[in-house]
Amino acid sequence: MLQIAKLPIAIFAALIITFPWMAHQIPVIDHYADIMVFVGIYCLITIGLSLLMGYAGQISVGHAAFFGIGAYVSGILTTNYGLNPWICMIIAMLITAVIALLVGAPSLKLKGHYLAMATLAFGIIIFIIFNEEIEWTGGPDGMPGIPGLSLFGFKFDSVDKYYYLVWAFVLAAFIFTANIIQSDAGRALRAIHTSEPAASAMGVDIAKFKIIVFVYSAVLASLAGSLYAHYLNFINPSTFDLFFSIKLLIMIALGGMHNIWGAIIGALLITFLSYEWLHYFEEFEVIVYGAILLLVTIFLPNGLVGVPEMLKSWVRRKN
Amino acid sequence: METISFTSQLFQYLITGLTVGSVYAMVAVGFNIIYNVTEIINFAQGEFVMLGGLIMVFFHVGMALPLVLAFPATVILVTLVGILLDRLAISPIRQPSVLTLIIATIAASILIKGIAMFIWGKDPFDLPAFSGRNPITVMGAVIQPQYFWVIGFLIVVVIALSIFFDRTIIGKAMSACADNADAAKLVGINVKQMILLSFALSAAIGAVAGVTMTPISLMEYDRGAMLAVKGFGAAILGGLGSFPGAILGGLIMGAIESFGAGLVSSGYKDAFALIVLLAVLFFKPSGILGDIEISKIKRF
Repeated sequence: MLQIAKLPIAIFAALIITFPWMAHQIPVIDHYADIMVFVGIYCLITIGLSLLMGYAGQISVGHAAFFGIGAYVSGILTTNYGLNPWICMIIAMLITAVIALLVGAPSLKLKGHYLAMATLAFGIIIFIIFNEEIEWTGGPDGMPGIPGLSLFGFKFDSVDKYYYLVWAFVLAAFIFTANIIQSDAGRALRAIHTSEPAASAMGVDIAKFKIIVFVYSAVLASLAGSLYAHYLNFINPSTFDLFFSIKLLIMIALGGMHNIWGAIIGALLITFLSYEWLHYFEEFEVIVYGAILLLVTIFLPNGLVGVPEMLKSWVRRKN
Repeated sequence: METISFTSQLFQYLITGLTVGSVYAMVAVGFNIIYNVTEIINFAQGEFVMLGGLIMVFFHVGMALPLVLAFPATVILVTLVGILLDRLAISPIRQPSVLTLIIATIAASILIKGIAMFIWGKDPFDLPAFSGRNPITVMGAVIQPQYFWVIGFLIVVVIALSIFFDRTIIGKAMSACADNADAAKLVGINVKQMILLSFALSAAIGAVAGVTMTPISLMEYDRGAMLAVKGFGAAILGGLGSFPGAILGGLIMGAIESFGAGLVSSGYKDAFALIVLLAVLFFKPSGILGDIEISKIKRF
């Protein structure tokens, strides 16, 4: 899936632009624009993660930490030091990049499971720090009073305004990532996923590519975290726990990790599941998530975006 | 209140650390058994420990079965869960890759955790200590009798496993799969069965760890993930795949955690073991007793 068609992107962009207007026409789904802000924020993370998992074949169970670092750096710098939120956002992304490099570089040089465990351990450590460094983070009670965003005097102070801001970022990240996939680097990444020895024999610097993708995905998660903090104006550690990292994994697996559209579809479905449709299960939703992840892994190895292809080959076999 | 001297305090930390470390060592051994046969890291390893503790509470406290009956019954039940894990989550995967296998064990782990919350709720459960709770004082350190049970069962597990792998045909067949699955298949070993057996064995050891640790630290539904990461840290520290390494790694991990919590910061208790895990990954991924050459042969 190296070529990404332009038409679906245009249709998708049109849908995204008109969605708040459409949602406001129907009272029952009037609040869906608000949920779509979160979908957009999670899309930023899953786009990066899908590149890491689907194209570089690496797994991270710690992206909640990068999401959290973005949110907390933005939160701390704006509330305690009164810095401009946009500058804080960039500082947060730089800090995240350095941390991701430190965590990722050693474990990505190793094979297989190591990045998964390293990111898992890293995620838990960061979660403990958010809870323990009360002077900085407010501890388990969280951190209130994070300012909203504005640009040249224009305040993003309503759901709809923030919606367009977030989705503009998503669109930019999507197009940028799609370009990476279609470039030489994308081919190199696919080669790494297919066969590391073969890729390396063709002169692909495997470790370097993996590290770049890992850092890129972490930076996107950090950006998402900053946007999250400025939207809710409040953050607390429980948003950034291990289960959120696993939820991100479920988004990617459900949507389909070999296709960047999978990242969008997965984020959309899982966000609506957890914000809207799973209230009935309350805290037992974790069973539903576990079941979804297991069933998808066994029966839909290519996720929902792989379903048309599966049906096609099934029909072909029938004939 | 009598003052406790610094040395006896250190001794106390050491004893506590070795006890906790024995649990980590058992988890690490469980990781190694599955890793050696399948090259999978089973992220659901910690859930076996959690289930061991909670099922034991059900049999021993809930149904008032005597210890000698409740303990084996628990181990058998958790072993069945291990078998189910292989049959329902691992072997149905048609195109097994390291990525899908990791995801499958993660899925299984949150599924088991969710079901445990459904059955037992969120509260921690206590279990009576095997031989009472009258502490023994040695060199000023207070030692619970249960500590000896935990360390003792680690020794039993180690002896039983080394007899199994060195003296029995099935054990040798499993070691053969670990060395080279294709060659093992050629000489007529049923690799699928060996994989199933590795999950069963590893679940049983997890259950033993859970049953013995619950009287000391209670047990609740969401303990699994942390136990799994720390156990994995122990396995890595000792050298992934090495059984003596797992024991050594577990004990060192437990001691570091206990000293760290006692001397540095109790709020960061859980972080110490994880920092050690990261440090080992970064500086010596082959671990103390591991062999970097062997790890290069492994597929994953």
